[in-house]
Parts: sequence; structure tokens; C-alpha cells
Amino acid sequence: MDGIPHSQGGLTPLGSVPAGARAVIREVRGGRGFTARVLALGFTPGAEVTVMQNFGRGPVLVEVRQSRVALGRWESIKIIVEQLPEG
Amino acid sequence: MDHSRPPDRQEGPRSITIALAGQPNVGKSTVFNMLTGLNQHVGNWPGKTVEHRSGTFVRDGRQVHLVDLPGTYSLTANSEEERLARDFIIRQQPDVTIVIVNAAALERNLYLVAELLALPTPLVVGLNMIDVAEQAGLEVEPHVLSAALGIPVIPLVASCNEGLAELVRVSVDLVDHPTSSRPNRPTIREAHRPVLEDLQARIAGHVPAPYPEDWVALKLLEGDTQITDIMRQAAPSAWQAVHAVLASHEDAYLDIAGGRYEWIGRMVRAGVVRPRAGVVSVTDRIDRVATHPVWGVLLLLGAFGLVFGLTYGVAMPIVDWLQVSVLAPIIAGSRLALAPWPPWSSGLIADGLLAGAGTVVAFLPILVIFFAVLALLEDIGYLARGAYVMDRLMHPMGLHGKSFLPLFLGFGCNVPAILGTRIVDNRRAQRLTVFLVPLVPCSARMAVVTFLAPAFFGQAAGLVLWILVLINVTVMAIAGVIINRLAFRGEHSAFIMEMPLYHLPNLRTIGLDVWQNTSAFLRKAGTVILLAAAVTWALSQGPGGNAGLSPLARLGRSLEPVGAWMGLGDWRLLAALLSSIVAKENTIATLGILYEHENPALGLAERVAQSLTPPAAVALLVVQMLFVPCVASLAVMRKEAGTGWMLLSIGLSLVTSLAAGALVYQIGRVIMAA
Repeated sequence: MDGIPHSQGGLTPLGSVPAGARAVIREVRGGRGFTARVLALGFTPGAEVTVMQNFGRGPVLVEVRQSRVALGRWESIKIIVEQLPEG
Repeated sequence: MDHSRPPDRQEGPRSITIALAGQPNVGKSTVFNMLTGLNQHVGNWPGKTVEHRSGTFVRDGRQVHLVDLPGTYSLTANSEEERLARDFIIRQQPDVTIVIVNAAALERNLYLVAELLALPTPLVVGLNMIDVAEQAGLEVEPHVLSAALGIPVIPLVASCNEGLAELVRVSVDLVDHPTSSRPNRPTIREAHRPVLEDLQARIAGHVPAPYPEDWVALKLLEGDTQITDIMRQAAPSAWQAVHAVLASHEDAYLDIAGGRYEWIGRMVRAGVVRPRAGVVSVTDRIDRVATHPVWGVLLLLGAFGLVFGLTYGVAMPIVDWLQVSVLAPIIAGSRLALAPWPPWSSGLIADGLLAGAGTVVAFLPILVIFFAVLALLEDIGYLARGAYVMDRLMHPMGLHGKSFLPLFLGFGCNVPAILGTRIVDNRRAQRLTVFLVPLVPCSARMAVVTFLAPAFFGQAAGLVLWILVLINVTVMAIAGVIINRLAFRGEHSAFIMEMPLYHLPNLRTIGLDVWQNTSAFLRKAGTVILLAAAVTWALSQGPGGNAGLSPLARLGRSLEPVGAWMGLGDWRLLAALLSSIVAKENTIATLGILYEHENPALGLAERVAQSLTPPAAVALLVVQMLFVPCVASLAVMRKEAGTGWMLLSIGLSLVTSLAAGALVYQIGRVIMAA
């Protein structure tokens, strides 16, 4: 669970975006099986997501393309986003 | 590749086959149930562990065969379900495919539509849950969406049976007039178009029969494992060149998915009146509590309490009434009616069959109420939240939130729970979940200890029951952690789960769910358990009516040395435990037969209690809770996880139950002596 990459040039893992914030997906990392699944759910580069719930080491709840999806902590780190400013 | 289940066109040209596709949580089962009613067949896809449902209905004198495809988000070969769904469309060529989409999550739902449009099947969209969408402030214009897609779009509220007749009419119409629809097929992004054309030219003439060439080219570019394998074998000569093209466009799959969503964006902009941004929905408000790591867990515990409170609070009085006021008179009556016949007939029927199976059927209220409350929680969308808050607690076992759902279902009956592990998308995690389910005490195990505990412990019975459940859950957690470390070396499996919007429950859906679970139990009670009760009775018959000389007594006695470690030196208790392998409820039925002639002034539980010291009584209950799973559970375990896991389950449950029983007994003796 270590080695969570931190903000690098505005890019950050989805798992480190706080609840209530919005972000735009920039990259999906991981194996083909995993990426194919999240792509189908709408986590494509350019898509906007809203983080609904994000506590500690638990799963993350996000809204993407009008639906709510729960991602495990690991999965949330594989999706690289650019956090949008408030408002 | 299975070629079975041809669409039944044997009934003449008037019969048609419709495939029903859709993503999860779109109300597809509701549509299926509304259209076919009880005219449905539930089984498995041939050779697969994926459920196959099909049904028939008649529309305008025409037989319609409806096949419910597995609910999938896409049609790439990521899972068994996705392969089965697309293989059915490509190989069985249904006359028309209906795809149900959820209007409240239209964007994501159109992804499947985009994939289906690439297949050669006439398509009709059932735009479901328009009421839920309206509540969320979303307004969809079906006519405009239909014009944009180039295929019929029928608005539905399936739970209220609105729009279904129109959906079928339009679908049948499309079969008769196939040229009436001009689908707007999604195209690939400009950048990859030349590659796709190049691929298609290279594989032309090499693609095996029912597969469309353009679709195969697209799937190759998407890196679809199944299609890649098929083409590698079908076109060995062209493969090297094809492979080289693919290798230089490895990231094309990202663009293809992105391109589909761009196409979807155009469809949605045409057909949807966008909601005001920043609306806080009911779902958001509930989820602030329901998915919170602290409040969410407390709410889940509350839901647990509700399920068990309702189950035992409502069902127990009904069970008591059934046993005293219905079952007892029937047994007494049958004894009287059988009096003119030889005594063994009355013994077999009244003491064996009726007493055994009747007790089992009397547990039915517990099951019905448990399944009903659980189906209600699932239908309103709550159970997915339970999985969400449980996710972090499941990780030490190498499992994630999805495994929580079948485990919870196990409190009702292990058999549907083991079948329910299919929702766990990782094969390894699914097998481990299958293995852990029998450690969840099912309602039959609970009924046995609930029946015995008050006679053993009086006022403290409730506390003892909670401790027993806690022991089981602890053993389950330890077994999960150990197996994860040893067999899987802590390997990780992905947790990706949609959280549906909360909505009002649909009584028909819940009713059908309860009916399917209950009838499965009744079939078991009507066959296996009935037979077991008769066999147990026969085995307990000794010469001259002396049960102490019966074959069952001899078997029990041979095990007495083992039983003695746990304070269970009485062969009757061991025989009762053994018979629980047939069905957990059998413990009571067997005790009933074996303690029949003891002090008639006492109830059965009191008669058993008389012969046990307190430590031995606890040990008996602990062993009952952890003992070898029932044969029905073992049978489905073998089907879902294989013989190895089933044998491991038998071995481990035998060892843990006896070890825990002995431990509890020995500790208890030390405490009693002090």
C-alpha cells in the first residue's frame, strides 16, 4: 500500500483527491483486464469525475458519467487525474 | 465454444427469438419477469457457472422465445458473462436484440449499445427507469434519441409494466420489416481508421464463419484475448503481419473506448435535456451516512439487527405455532390412522417421515422472512453500500467488498449463498468465498442451536447464541487470512462496483426472489431431507424395538472415544451430529427419534439437556455450528469451486469443529472444577 505517487505537475492519483472535489481523468494505468473494465465504466481520459467519499485506506466512491462507482484503494491509485479548482 | 441451445425455430416460421441485453442495475430482470411471468426456465449456460434464463410468451398468436443474456457493462472478453452474451448474438443470431438501458445513467449505459451496434443484430432500445431519471432531474426525449441512434427507443417504467407491450410490438415489427431501421453505428477515431482498414484487409477471407470481419478487426485492435486466439489459429499465414500491426498500436484500445464515449456524448447531447448542475439527490444524502466508515458500519449493524430481529422475532412464534398446533396433531392423527397397519408403518411415517421432514418444513417461516428482508435491502439498493463499507474489513482475507454479499446471504441458506459468489469477479476470490460461506451459520444451523440453547442455559441462551455466531465469524476470518497467505500469497483482486441509485422497492421482484429461494429449499426438504429422515429412522431400529442395538447406535458407539474429548460420550448425540451432514435441521429430527422414549413429561430439548453437563452442552452447540457442511452445500461447492475445495472444506470443518468442541469442553471443565 506504500509508494502512493503524489502530485506531479498537477497530476495526482484519484485516490488522493478529497471528497467533494472534481477532477479530470488523464491516464489509466494497470493491466489490460483492469483498464478494459474501468474504461467501459466510463473512466476514459478526458472524463470528469466527482469524488463522493474518500476516507483513509478504505474504498473510494466516485461519480463518473452519471453513475456512482466504488473503487478499491488500489484501483483508485491506478487512475491518474488532474484535480479541478473549486467552484 | 458452445453450439447448444439453438433458438427454437422448430415451431414454425411464426416463432421468433429475442435476446435481452443490458448492463447490471437497469431493471433487466424486471422486464424479463414481467414479460415471461412464471413461464421461465432457470438453469446454467451449458458447461458454465453463469446463470441462463429463458422464457416464452405469446404475442398476436406468435410464440416468442426470450433469452436473458448476462448483465454486462461491455462486450469485450473480460469475463465469462461478456463472452457468453456476445457469442449468443453472433452464433445463435436472435431475430432481434432488445437492450435495456437505465435512463438515469444513460451515458454509461449507451456504452453497451455502442458495442451491440457493431454486431449484426437488429437492435431495439428499452429506455427504462424514466421515472427515476425524472426524479433525478434528468429528462430524456426518446424520439430524438431514437433519431440520433437510428434505431427504435421505447420509454419504459418496467416495474409498473409501462411501455412493455409497445417494446414487444416494435421488436416484432422490426423482425417483419428489418429495413425499417438505419442504425447510426459508432465509428472509430480518425487517427486509427487507416489501421483498422489495414487490419480488415489483412484478415479478409480468414475469419471463421459466423464472425463479421469488421467486428473481428475492431476487437483485434482492442486487444480482445478471445478473438486474438481465434484469429491466431484461423489465419496462421496472415497472423505474423497482423500481429506486427497490432504490436505497433497497443494503446489503440484506449482510443476506441474514448471514441465510443465521444459518440455517446453526441447522442446524449441530442436526446437529453441536461439537469441543473449541483443537484443534491436523495441518494447523495443517504450515502453521506450509508458509505461513511463509521456511520456506515453502524447503519450496517443496524440493518443486521433488523434482519435478524424480524427473522427470529416474527418467525419464531409462527414456527412454534406450526409445531404445536399443526404438526403435532397431524403426527398424532397419522398414528391413529395407521393403527390397523403393522407397527413399523406407523413408526416410519409418523416418527420418521412426518416428525423429521415436518420439523424441517416448520423452519420455512424463518427462511421466507430472512429472504424477504434481504431481497428488500437489495432491491432498494442498500446491499451495495454494505459491500462498500465492508470492503476494508475483507482485505486481510484477500477478498473485497463484493464477497460480503454472498457471505451475508449465507445466514439464510448456504446453498444460494454459494451460487451467489458468482458476483465476485475474480476467480480466485470467488473460490475462497465459496469455501468460507459454510462457516456462516445458516438459518438451519441457527434453528438447531436456538431450539436447544434455552433448555441448556435458560436466561443466558441469547448471550450464548451471540457468542456462537461470533465464534463462527472468527473462525471464518482466521481461515480466510490463513488461506489467503498460504494459497494465494496475499495476491490482490480488484474491487470495482457500481452503486445503484436508491429507489422504492418492487414487490414483484422481491416476491419472485423469495419464491425462487424458498422453492429451492422446499425441493431439498421434499427429497433429500425426507429420504434422510426415513433412513435415519430405519437405522435407529434395533431388534425388539431396542434403539440401543440399532446400526445407528453401533456407529455412534464406535465414535464415542472421539466424542468423549468433547464431553459427548453419548452415541445418540454423535448420531445426531452425523445426520446433520445430510441437512443441518436433521440434528433435531434425529434427537427426536433417539430421545423419543425418554421422560415423556419433558420437551425434547429438556430431555437432551438432562444428560449433559454445562461444558458438554456448549461443546455440542459449538460442534453443531462448525460441523461439516450439509450435502446440498457440498454439492454446489463442488460445482462452483471444484472437488479440491470441497474436500478441503470437509477436512477443515471436521478438524476445527472437533478441536473447538474439545477446547470449549476442557476449558469449561477447568472453570467448573475451580
